[in-house]
Amino acid sequence: MVDRVDDAQTADPIAQRLRDLGFVQGEPVRVVATGPLGGDPLLIQIGSTRFALRRSEAARVLVSTEAAA
Amino acid sequence: MSAATMRIALVGNPNCGKTALFNQLTGGRQKVANYAGVTVERKEGRFTAPSGRMLQILDLPGTYSFDATSPDEQITRDVLEGNYPGEQAPDLIVCVADATNLRLHLRFVLEVRRLGRPVVLALNMMDAARQRGIVIDVPELQRRLGMPVVETVAVKRGGAQALIAQVDGEVPAAAPAQPDDPLSRADLHAQVRELLAATVSMPRATAAIDDALDRWALHPVFGLAILAAVMFLVFQAVYAAGKPMSDLIGDGFAWLGGHAAAGLPEGPLKGLIVDGVFAGMGTVLGFLPEILVLFFFILMLEESGYLPRAAFLLDRLMLSVGLTGRSFIPLLSSFACAIPGIMGTRSITDPRDRLTTILVAPLMTCSARLPVYALLIGAFIPLRRVFGIFNLQGLVLFALYLAGIVGAMAVGWTIKRMRRDRSEHALLMELPSYRLPKPRDVAIGLWERGMVFLKRLTGVILALTVLMWFISTFPSPPAGATGPAIDYSFAGYIGRGLTYIFAPLGFNWQISLSLIPAFAARETAVAALATVYAVAGGEADSAGLSHALAANFSLASALSLLVWFAFAPQCMSTLAVIRRETRSWRNVAIAFGYMFAVAYVAAFATYQITRALT
Ligand SMILES: Nc1nc2c(ncn2[C@@H]2O[C@H](COP(=O)(O)OP(=O)(O)O)[C@@H](O)[C@H]2O)c(=O)[nH]1
Repeated sequence: MVDRVDDAQTADPIAQRLRDLGFVQGEPVRVVATGPLGGDPLLIQIGSTRFALRRSEAARVLVSTEAAA
Repeated sequence: MSAATMRIALVGNPNCGKTALFNQLTGGRQKVANYAGVTVERKEGRFTAPSGRMLQILDLPGTYSFDATSPDEQITRDVLEGNYPGEQAPDLIVCVADATNLRLHLRFVLEVRRLGRPVVLALNMMDAARQRGIVIDVPELQRRLGMPVVETVAVKRGGAQALIAQVDGEVPAAAPAQPDDPLSRADLHAQVRELLAATVSMPRATAAIDDALDRWALHPVFGLAILAAVMFLVFQAVYAAGKPMSDLIGDGFAWLGGHAAAGLPEGPLKGLIVDGVFAGMGTVLGFLPEILVLFFFILMLEESGYLPRAAFLLDRLMLSVGLTGRSFIPLLSSFACAIPGIMGTRSITDPRDRLTTILVAPLMTCSARLPVYALLIGAFIPLRRVFGIFNLQGLVLFALYLAGIVGAMAVGWTIKRMRRDRSEHALLMELPSYRLPKPRDVAIGLWERGMVFLKRLTGVILALTVLMWFISTFPSPPAGATGPAIDYSFAGYIGRGLTYIFAPLGFNWQISLSLIPAFAARETAVAALATVYAVAGGEADSAGLSHALAANFSLASALSLLVWFAFAPQCMSTLAVIRRETRSWRNVAIAFGYMFAVAYVAAFATYQITRALT
């Protein structure tokens, strides 16, 4: 579950883009696959969409493991 | 009934099926151009609605949001708001959304609604949605959004009926315009969630087939194996289908030229027509089949959704040399010919990554270098086994290919170090569902790219070819001259002049001279060398030419020439396409300059080292 997306710098366009793509608080996310070299990039599923994110991009997204509910 | 044309703009997230819908509505009646100064495509088409009204449809670039991180998004926004110079604001916006992916796409719909203009929502891919058991309460969605909602299936005949009926009727009232600020942006997601909860029921988030395919296609081992197999197939096809057709076209034009000039008296005019215009056209059009075969496969890969997967697999590797995963396919295409490769960089959304890819693409060993490599290797490299299993000639050829790749990596890395803009550029790439490519969309895509190539390039290339012909024909040799005609021409003088530059590389004036036609098309260097050495039988007799070469220059010169061909900025068609794709002569100058420098230094080193060793 996404907690929030942090800006890596002030007015970070990548963080803004991530938020626009739906990485907002409360959305469940899942790592579906990782790239063949060094596990980079990551394939992230959010809703019914899958995005390839490099680790540095994904690092902006803070997640919390879902509490059993 | 109003006779005035109505202007409709199509917008939507990437992969919503906008292009398919546009093709469905307008058929082949499309005009593709670029927005001034940028390489964002402007596609416009028209059709006549059942009521007799003329509808003019503008296909805007796919966008995720109006945040304007890329030129595409800026333009989309400006056009919709009527702020784009020379572009009227549309009378109606048709917002296309993928019904299987509403969580993402509805947010953009809400963003469009806030512009305060009349909007119709087209829920596309309804066939796929039904198949996956997704149920959408359209009347409720329509009520909550306050805009008409129609269902479409862009890839089925008649799948846009409902949309046509809708746009042909009354223009719906616009929602009130709302300001755009970060706070309300976050709010959009909450609204989307609410809408989804109220109107959509979705049994599972993704299509089972996508999950199954991706398990293989993105697997660290099998994924790479599949990628290698796909690429191998594409290459084989380009050589097997494209090359013979290219040769056929070249021969066809030579034959045509011969016939066209049959009635003309012997002389310069005849020369211009046969050797200039027709041979030039043959060379230019000769690229076409290979380009089309290549584009056919790229379009298939693009339409099927595999291309982003390939980019995913290779991103890490490409990133380490300052490129991106998306650079891979264009670079691979460049092994056939840099022209389709550079044209293929359009799929790279980030302008900086795209430019780097364009700059390194000509270093890939294109098929036009092969005749030159074959000639020189055959003449100078002994046929010998190395370590029992390798053939020395083959090894040299392999080394030349490798030199191109390593060179490209080094250049990419250097560009990465040198550029002022060190900011992080995101990959952030959506991996769409797999789909079967639709023949009509592939055909329209091929037609568009083929026309771009023909229209924009033939002029430039033809002009340069004729110029090349001119300087190698005039002035004609004086009466009683013994040497080949080219010796006495401007090209001959230039060749001798160039010797001053190229002597340190071990090139004599004959080689320097052959570099001039090689600039028009690399493979012509062979013919030019044949002419200057006046080999009996000319180019047809390459064994004779090999002997003449071996007798006339040293191993060091030959190796140096090979290295020169690996790096040098040689083919003016490539430079023309760089100019066209980047819309800047500066980039042409950079490409030419750096390749010249690299080729010069590398050939110089090769020549001097070989001479010291032998
Ligand atoms: N099943 C199905 N596929 C569609 C539909 N509309 C488009 N597609 C496919 O979706 C893919 C992406 O469509 P495209 O028009 O290129 O998307 P764009 O990025 O929005 O221009 C293509 O492979 C289309 O054939 C539809 O209504 N149903």
